[in-house]
Amino acid sequence: MKNLVEVKNIKKNYGKNEAVKGISFNIKEDEILGLLGPNGSGKTTTIGMLLGLLKPTSGEIFINGQKLEGNRIEILEQINFISPYIELPKKLTVKQNLTVYGKLYKINNINERIEFLSEKLRLEGLLNSITGELSSGQKNRVSLAKALINEPKVLLLDEPTASLDPEVGDFVRSFLEDYKKEKKISILLASHNMNEVTRLCKSILMMKDGIIIDEGNPEELINKHGRKNLEEVFLKLSRSKNELN
Amino acid sequence: MYGLFLRHFYLITRSFPRVLDLVYWPTIQITLWGFISNFFATHTTYYNNAVGVILTCAILYDFLFRTSIGFNMLFLEEIWSRNFTNLFIAPMKIGEILTALVVTALIRALIGLIPAVLLTSPLFGISILDLGIFLFFLFLSLYLFGITLGILVSAGLLRYGPSFENIAWSTMFLLAPFGCIYYPIEILPEVFQKIAYLLPLVYIFEEARNILINQTVDIQNIYYAFMWNGVYFVLSIALFYYSFNVAKNKGTLINMGE
Repeated sequence: MKNLVEVKNIKKNYGKNEAVKGISFNIKEDEILGLLGPNGSGKTTTIGMLLGLLKPTSGEIFINGQKLEGNRIEILEQINFISPYIELPKKLTVKQNLTVYGKLYKINNINERIEFLSEKLRLEGLLNSITGELSSGQKNRVSLAKALINEPKVLLLDEPTASLDPEVGDFVRSFLEDYKKEKKISILLASHNMNEVTRLCKSILMMKDGIIIDEGNPEELINKHGRKNLEEVFLKLSRSKNELN
Repeated sequence: MYGLFLRHFYLITRSFPRVLDLVYWPTIQITLWGFISNFFATHTTYYNNAVGVILTCAILYDFLFRTSIGFNMLFLEEIWSRNFTNLFIAPMKIGEILTALVVTALIRALIGLIPAVLLTSPLFGISILDLGIFLFFLFLSLYLFGITLGILVSAGLLRYGPSFENIAWSTMFLLAPFGCIYYPIEILPEVFQKIAYLLPLVYIFEEARNILINQTVDIQNIYYAFMWNGVYFVLSIALFYYSFNVAKNKGTLINMGE
């Protein structure tokens, strides 16, 4: 499997504050990589750099073989992002929002794409609803549809199931698993839901204070640290001094 | 009670745009109305032969106001709806974002302007069309300056984040005393006149009054208006690109709206 995302020693400083201190990792196609870490560990900064919203102080990012710096627009056509902290315009209907983003991503056959996504994400009855009037679970599925409107090769997910009830959360996780398998895309999943990470991710990066303090698959990490589950591993690493450095 | 006071006090003292907002509103209002009062007190017969000059200038100023605020609104709405990040991760060049906003701002301004122009004739017996073909140049010049201000404010929003919002609402009022919208430039103190001559507004409104009152056209006014517009427009675009790069370094694009 080829690497769709290659991150090489990226650093990000805000003045004297080193938010990310030189991290490297790859994400293969058909892989979901979990990005874990306590608040302030550098996860959002890392995602921001992958999206081209933040300029790394040093280091390089390659998406699908193209260097992000200098090819931002071409790369943005191939990636997308979902986060509970960003929303779609509330006054527009679901279909209007998806159409707007379909146009922005220069999608041909927008209506077919919307139809396909609405069927997959149970949005058929909601297309003419006002986005701001939807429930959290419905809004989440609409945001997911927007994130998939351009058939991204790389999908960045920041807490994709935060504030969802267990049923909707499970639906979203199942959908992501199936979609990844079907389209062979790469997914970076930042989450504080350890069950979600255990279920979806074959590989995990544990970040703390701007560095990767451990990595591996969930089972390996649980065994290595002698804990019962990933949540306990997370707590141990969050409270301990940085392991690898 | 003291806690609530502190909550707002901390907010104000931590944000330069908020402090600026508190200070300049009263200053601008007093300055603007001071000049208007001064003018009418000393030039009571100035407008005698040109009923409607003030109304025409008011419509022109409103067009400028609508264009500028319209542009800012488009940008602010993305921040308020927390859609900002979605837009900036879409594969759009900065030039494409600006072009889309510029065109949309024009349509918004025209929607507001056309009814106002149509109403002045039956209500007040005045037609702004009396300005003739030069009306087009005056509107074009105002539109250019309006979007220039909009781009400058948007650059500020990118650079400083949502706390710059208050400035967005008041840029037009900040410039109003120097724009000589309702009075000729001679009414301003000499220092203010020097500043006013660096703005396209003074040439636009001087020319509108010149056409209506003297029934003559001074092409030089229109030329200077476009020249200054060109200078500020290029500067605003450069500043927007600069602010975008600063925002990418500071992380404002990620935190916008939070």
